[in-house]
Amino acid sequence: MTDAFTLAGKQYRSRLIVGTGKYRDFAETRRAVEASGAEIVTVALRRVNITDAGKENLLDYLDPARFTILPNTAGCYTADDAIRTARLAREAGIGTLVKLEVIGDDKTLFPDVPATIEAARVLVREGFAVLPYINDDPIAAKKLEELGCAAVMPLAAPIGSGLGIRNPYNIRIILEHCRVPVIVDAGVGTASDAAIAMELGCDAVLMNTAIAGAKDPILMAEAMRLGVEAGRKAFLAGRIQRKLYATASSPIEGMLGS
Amino acid sequence: MRVTINGEPRDVAEGTTVADLIHHLQLNDRRIAVELNCDIIVRELYTTRLLADGDEVEIVHFVGGG
Repeated sequence: MTDAFTLAGKQYRSRLIVGTGKYRDFAETRRAVEASGAEIVTVALRRVNITDAGKENLLDYLDPARFTILPNTAGCYTADDAIRTARLAREAGIGTLVKLEVIGDDKTLFPDVPATIEAARVLVREGFAVLPYINDDPIAAKKLEELGCAAVMPLAAPIGSGLGIRNPYNIRIILEHCRVPVIVDAGVGTASDAAIAMELGCDAVLMNTAIAGAKDPILMAEAMRLGVEAGRKAFLAGRIQRKLYATASSPIEGMLGS
Repeated sequence: MRVTINGEPRDVAEGTTVADLIHHLQLNDRRIAVELNCDIIVRELYTTRLLADGDEVEIVHFVGGG
């Protein structure tokens, strides 16, 4: 596979990972996932509604045989809660991948990095392929890589904010320091944000709200697919240097009257 | 006897196993995970593990999320 994205030992064609939250219904979720071209989708783990359990389930619409299902620990505020959620997700029979989130504050949804590191240490030891959501913090990224995480996932901006990459310089430093895949997770607002992440050299981009919250989620899913592809190709192609002054594109030689 | 399932009190018969409960809730063909008093119950034990009065059961599944 040319230019494959390898995560936890598996190769993927797509470098776009999408969430499945905030859609109108499961049918729309599936259409958006299809349009995005994503092969990895995130899900959350929640209590079954025991008074009305007979209803349809998300995984009826997203076949785990076709998509890599990436359970998250969203909503967890302690390492213990995140560990408990990850263990339950594994028991539910999806595999060992986990998007580790330990939230530090409900207004910013910024990660509690020390608690994330604590949870990652336990989960790595238990055989999980841990993908931690972190700040755009090169030191945290390096520590998580060193303790055995399968990737690091720095945020572009707060979850659901759509602000785009607020600190491309830190993302670049993380890229220079880390050997595991670097996945920008959270804060992307539109296709150009995704393209910028990929142009920086990130391995993949993870998003949910930017697609699900768009006026036309299906069209935005396609736009994100193209944005990620365009950014990746531009990164591989190697952009020109920025210069202050012009350089003519047409030859000077052979001008009339010369 | 009375147990708590996902925070809701429920009366179940003596001798009810985890498998019976899952069947009763029509969750047989779902990807779920079960915790009994904060311990995960592995699938292989569903048919043998009996519920006791006062047990706290958590049954979770996957929903949309980011």
